[in-house]
Formats: sequence, C-alpha cells, structure tokens
Amino acid sequence: MSVIAAPIRAKRVLPGFTLSLGTTLLYLTLIVLIPVAALVLKGAEMGPERFWRIVSSPRAVAAFQITLAAAVIATVFNAVYGVLMAWVLVRYEFPGKRLLDALMDVPFALPTAVAGLSLTALFSANGWFGAVLHPAGIPVVYTIWGIALAMAFTSVPFVVRTVQPVLEDMDPALEQAAITLGARPWAVFFRVVCPAILPAWLAGCTTAFARSLGEFGAIVFIAGNLPFQTEIAALLAYIRLEEFDYNGASAIALVLLGFALVLLLTSNLLQFWAARAREGAR
Amino acid sequence: MTAANPILLPGQSRHGARVLIGVAVVLSILFIAAPLVFIFARAFAQGWGVYVSNILHPMTLHAIWLTTLVAIIVVPLNVAFGIAAAWAVAKHRFPGRGLLVTMIEIPFSISPIIAGICYLLLYGRQGLLGPWLQANEVQVMFALPGIVLVTMFVTAPFVAREVLPLMQAQGTEQEQAAVTLGANGWQIFRRVTLPNIRWALLYGAVLCTARAVGEFGGVSVVSGNIRGQTNTLPLHVELLFNDLNAVGAFAAASTLTLIAILALFVKAALEGRR
Repeated sequence: MSVIAAPIRAKRVLPGFTLSLGTTLLYLTLIVLIPVAALVLKGAEMGPERFWRIVSSPRAVAAFQITLAAAVIATVFNAVYGVLMAWVLVRYEFPGKRLLDALMDVPFALPTAVAGLSLTALFSANGWFGAVLHPAGIPVVYTIWGIALAMAFTSVPFVVRTVQPVLEDMDPALEQAAITLGARPWAVFFRVVCPAILPAWLAGCTTAFARSLGEFGAIVFIAGNLPFQTEIAALLAYIRLEEFDYNGASAIALVLLGFALVLLLTSNLLQFWAARAREGAR
Repeated sequence: MTAANPILLPGQSRHGARVLIGVAVVLSILFIAAPLVFIFARAFAQGWGVYVSNILHPMTLHAIWLTTLVAIIVVPLNVAFGIAAAWAVAKHRFPGRGLLVTMIEIPFSISPIIAGICYLLLYGRQGLLGPWLQANEVQVMFALPGIVLVTMFVTAPFVAREVLPLMQAQGTEQEQAAVTLGANGWQIFRRVTLPNIRWALLYGAVLCTARAVGEFGGVSVVSGNIRGQTNTLPLHVELLFNDLNAVGAFAAASTLTLIAILALFVKAALEGRR
C-alpha cells in the first residue's frame, strides 16, 4: 500500500504551484530583495576602509552603544515581564483575564509613533507618571531609560506570545510528578517548567531584542536625540540621510541590517529547537 | 483544561497565585493600558469641540485621506501575496521551502528606517534607478509610489504569517479530494481552501491594515514630509508634536488608536471561530 502511495504523493496533485510560487518570488524580489540588494551594493561600492571609518567614528560608536545598552535593558525587562504575563495568562483563572490577554496585543496594533507620543507625554513633567517621577529625581524622558521604555513597550508581545503556547501545551503530569516526588514549588518551576519553555523564551527574547535595535518611531519622541547621549543608531542613519550623506546613512544601516539578519537566523534556529522540544514532550 | 489543573506554581498556595496575578495586572495597567488611555485623555483635554475642529483641520483630513489611500492600495496586494505564498509553501513540497519562509519574514526583523534607506538608494535621485526615472519623469521618492512601496515592504509578512500555519495544519486532503472530483484550481481555492482560511485571512488583513496606517519610520524616510502632500497620519502626528500642538497631535493619534483597538476587537471576535 505504502509502496504505491509514495509516488502518488510525490507528484504534484494540486494546481497553481507555478502561479503561486511565481507570484511569491516576484513580490519578494521586487519589494524586499532588490531594495536590500541596493543597500548591500552601496556598501560594496563604498569599500571596507570608508565603511569602517564611518562606522567607527565616535558619534556612530556612541549611537551603537546607546542602542545596544537600551535594547539590553528593554529585553531583560521583557524577559521577566513577558514570562510572568504568559504564566499568569495560562495558569490562572481570574476576572478580567481576557482583557489582560487582549492588552498584550496593544503594542503590536498601536502605531509606534502614537506609542512614542503617549509615553513621552505620560512621563514628561506634567504627565501622569512624570508628575510623580520628576519631583523624585527620576527623569525618564530624554534619557536612556526613556529609550529603553519605548523599546520595551513595542517589543513585549514577542516574548509573551512565543512563551504562551508552549506553556499551554505543557503536560501538567510532569509537574504533578515532580511535586509527588517531593520537589518544592520553585524547584519545580526552575527544573521542570524552565527547561520546557527555554527555547521558546530565548526565541521570543531574541526577536524582542532585534525589534528593539531597529525601533525608531516610538523612540524619536522620547529620546531627546542628543548626539553622544540619547541618539540611537537608526536616528543617526536618518540624520545622515537628511544631510544627503548617503554613504554615512548606508554604512550605519548595513550594520543594523547585519544585526537584524543574524538575530533572525538565531531566532529561527531557536524556534526550530523549540518545535522539536515540544514534539518530544508530547 | 487549565482551570481544572490544581497546581499553582510557583507559590503553590492560593496566596502565591494572588500575588503573581496582582503584580501582572498592576504592571500591565501601568505599562500598557495607561499609555492607551492617556491618548484619549489628552485628545479630549480641551473638550469635544476642540477635538472635532482638530480632526477636521484640512491638513489632518488630508493626512487621513492619504493614509487611507495607502492602505487601500497596499492591503489587497498584501492579501494576494499572502495567499500565494501560503498556497505555495503549505500545499506543495519543494527544495528551499524553509528558506522561502525565512525570506518572507525578513521585513519583520528589518528596521523600517533601513527599508526606507534601501528604497532611497534604489529610487532616489542618486539611486540606482534614479537617472532612468528622472529621464522618464517618474516620481517615486517623496511621492505616493514611494510611500506605497515602503509600506508594502514593511507589511509583507502580515497576511502570510496568519494564513500559512493554518494551511499547513489543514493539510491537502480536502483539496486532493476536490481534484479527484474534477474541480479546477480556482474552484478548489474558492470552495475548499478559502472557507477554511477566511478568518485567519481576515485577521491578517486587519493586522496588515493596522500596520499599514501606522507605519512611521520607513515612510518618514521616503515621504519627504511635504505638508498637505506626502504627510501620512503618523507623520502628521509628529509634525503637530514638533509644532508644540500637543492636543492636535493627540487628536490625530486618537484616530490611529481607534484603528488599533478595532483590530484587537476583530481578533477577539475571531478567536472563538478559528
């Protein structure tokens, strides 16, 4: 039976393969690949020496450092907050749970410029939070903390939404067995739950980190955009464009592109690992 | 399933659960709900009349129109691309499928600013196609085509991401049965596949719309921010903010927020059906 079935399955039964693949490749080539190739070509045209001079200039280095530092702060916060939210949303029943779950999608749906505008006003001296934080000597707006805040806001769903399905899929019998064997609750969490959600959690954090590195809309409002202090890499690239310094903009953009592609690859590998781990757990 | 699960980890006690829920709720209210509510609080800070006159300001109306136009062009194209990509990847086996899926996701991880720079390097005056475009008097940058193209880049994965996993999970048995019964490609798609994926498709289209109308970074590179011409709604929000017209900025932002909330409602409504 299976001997006969194999060749039939191998043959293309369903129509539309050429049309659908052709459309997909054409769209991707025109909209994504050629424009990205234009950037890579610009980098090649520039040559390594010039590229390096732009990228290693003090202002660019400062911008990269600020971007990385803020993205690390944002990702660490989201790593904890995201798991907490996924855990609470999967494991407990309480009034308002569905609303809380819907709230986790707000940063995805809300335009980044609107988020940036709102966070800036909220944390400035006459906003709801700023009115409390400013007198206490904790300025958020126009500091690296503001940048991290904007990054954290726009990237938090990545962690929640990658960890949540894994927690939902987890077999409670594993934890019950651990408890039966006398493990304390925290020991069960760290030795049973953590290993199970680790690949998905890392994948979510990687995507959140990548998103934070490239975030622009939310940050330009809150950062104050002072060179060497609160100027992020994406903004520096934008400023170089406005100065018609296309080489400067392209070099910085290429570095960000490199980061993005490496992180995308990492996240995909982690998700692959997560999928295998999930299948193994079933 | 979860309600019946008696285990409450960590903090196996009910007390521990309450603490965790409390922390999660308070953090989410401060971190996510407050910025959302604050937009409307500020937009209506000077009353309903000022709000309406802010929205009806000709520049704001033009920005709303331009943003709507961009969405009207981009979303159908994206839906077509999403369906084609999902059909090719989910219903067929071919070498490089994994690579294709990764390629579809590329725009998701590339900063919109980089996308804008890419398009400028391609279509801008000093760009690769710049001389040809100028000779033929085609204006792409700092005009509607540029805004549309960048928005297409940024939103490319949105429909495919929603439809693809569902098509993969549903397999090809139903379609194969239809083939056996003599249906042609279009009939299979209309009668078999589309009814199966319609809610995911709708959700993907709504997400794509929300993202398309909200795009800021990429559009701000290619639009040139010409007031009353290439100023989309998110760019208009920034412009009003920089003009120190905070109430106007929040009024314009509130329209975008409403679209975002609408998207979330559609998601909630569709969740039970999928």
